[in-house]
Amino acid sequence: MSISPNILFWIIVIPGTVVLGLVASWIVRKVSALVQWRVGPPFLQPFYDVAKLMGKEILIPQDAQQAVFMWAPLIGLAGILLLSIMLWRITVTQATFLGDIIVAIYLMVLPSLALILGSSASASPHAAVGTGREMKLVMGYELSLVLAFIVVIIKMAALVEPGQQLSLAAISQHAPVFSISGMLAFLASLMCIQAKLGFVPFDIAEAETELGSGVLMEYSGALLAIWKLMQAVMLVALPLFLVMVFLGGIGADFLAGLARPVGSVPVGIIVLAAFVVTGLLARFNKYIDLLFLLALIAACVLAGLGKYVLVLVLIILIKNTNPRVRIDQAMKFFWVYCSITLAIAITLALIGNTYGYNWL
Amino acid sequence: MSWKIKALKKSPWVFHVNVGACNNCDIEIVNCLTPRFDVERFGIKLVGSPRHADALLVTGVGTKQAAIRLREVYRQTSKPCVVFLIGACPCGMGIFSTGYHVAGPVDKIIREVDPDAIIAYVPGCPPKPEAMISGILKALAAL
Repeated sequence: MSISPNILFWIIVIPGTVVLGLVASWIVRKVSALVQWRVGPPFLQPFYDVAKLMGKEILIPQDAQQAVFMWAPLIGLAGILLLSIMLWRITVTQATFLGDIIVAIYLMVLPSLALILGSSASASPHAAVGTGREMKLVMGYELSLVLAFIVVIIKMAALVEPGQQLSLAAISQHAPVFSISGMLAFLASLMCIQAKLGFVPFDIAEAETELGSGVLMEYSGALLAIWKLMQAVMLVALPLFLVMVFLGGIGADFLAGLARPVGSVPVGIIVLAAFVVTGLLARFNKYIDLLFLLALIAACVLAGLGKYVLVLVLIILIKNTNPRVRIDQAMKFFWVYCSITLAIAITLALIGNTYGYNWL
Repeated sequence: MSWKIKALKKSPWVFHVNVGACNNCDIEIVNCLTPRFDVERFGIKLVGSPRHADALLVTGVGTKQAAIRLREVYRQTSKPCVVFLIGACPCGMGIFSTGYHVAGPVDKIIREVDPDAIIAYVPGCPPKPEAMISGILKALAAL
């Protein structure tokens, strides 16, 4: 029986996304450690973390609403996996359906909604405070995120041919970031993604030091592992979405770079060998560990994931150079500063459309 | 060795419980997280909730008020977990052994909840961060 490459792709897309997410979460931790002049965790750390949590006891609080408490992490993980499958499908086959932008926006809210559901079902006062903060944060950034997409949609309206569907697949053919309004929208939605990921400066709902990890407080064992997996997959899906909407997508042949031969050996084999060697040597010297990180990033760039790595690095740098803000500061940031910026961007985009200035 | 224990050794998340310490050991625990010692190299992470924790770092002598809370925190920690007694006070009560406010050595308090609890001792007043790291790694190796 022969398996076509297409079917093979759909078999590996879910495990592949999860593994890529865990690798991305290692990159986040490692680069954060390097910024703070530390050595940081070994490469397999996120995998060990998830494996360990899977093997631990699950405790359910006495007063918790059991069914919601158990189902919420699964809903969140399912939602974000569905989004990433949708994004990969559009990337690889350009296949799309009516209203995929709306579906993507809904699927992106699902993890936050699941967090709110799960933590409010856990009957813990700390989690309750975290829930309130998460809700306010969602209300804060959703407005800016939708406004940012409106900018892109206005810009795309001038670029698609009459009769062509205005879909994510069509949007990912263009890079609106190379215009003033597109740039403003990209920067604003980068901050929204930061808040969606729950990273500093918007880790208000988790806030380890003041709320004792807030929304996730009562979760343990396999349920916590599912939350961790959800956060890892978000690290793939959300930057990928930004890349597709603003930076022109990563292209259908994104793995072809690894198959290109140097002499007679494909680049992929050389990169794999470099991984294994640096990975084995990494335990002896922290600087070899650094080489391993660089090899990984180089492999991502070679594989055509360069734009994704760029967005990821931007997110990590924002995470490491900012303090946590209060919830009222976050609301003010999104509702006042981001919204005003985006209103200006929408105006610029409309003016550009009317008078035919694509750079505006 | 089962994969559960193997993974646990590679990522022990710790929760810090103060049951009447003078804050000196607490400061030394925070020292372990600094760039100089960086326990994240071993996958050790300080977490905010006992439900996430694999190890409890107990500092302090175990006062009557705190003993009730310590038992509750131990019950709320998801098993398997290890208890580390950091400093002279929880290990042997030190100069407070005859104090009116002391509920007994911390290992006794924890054994009241779970007679089979895994307890490791890191003595010192306060123990150096190096001592804590080596204590944690030794206890995990014996698991």
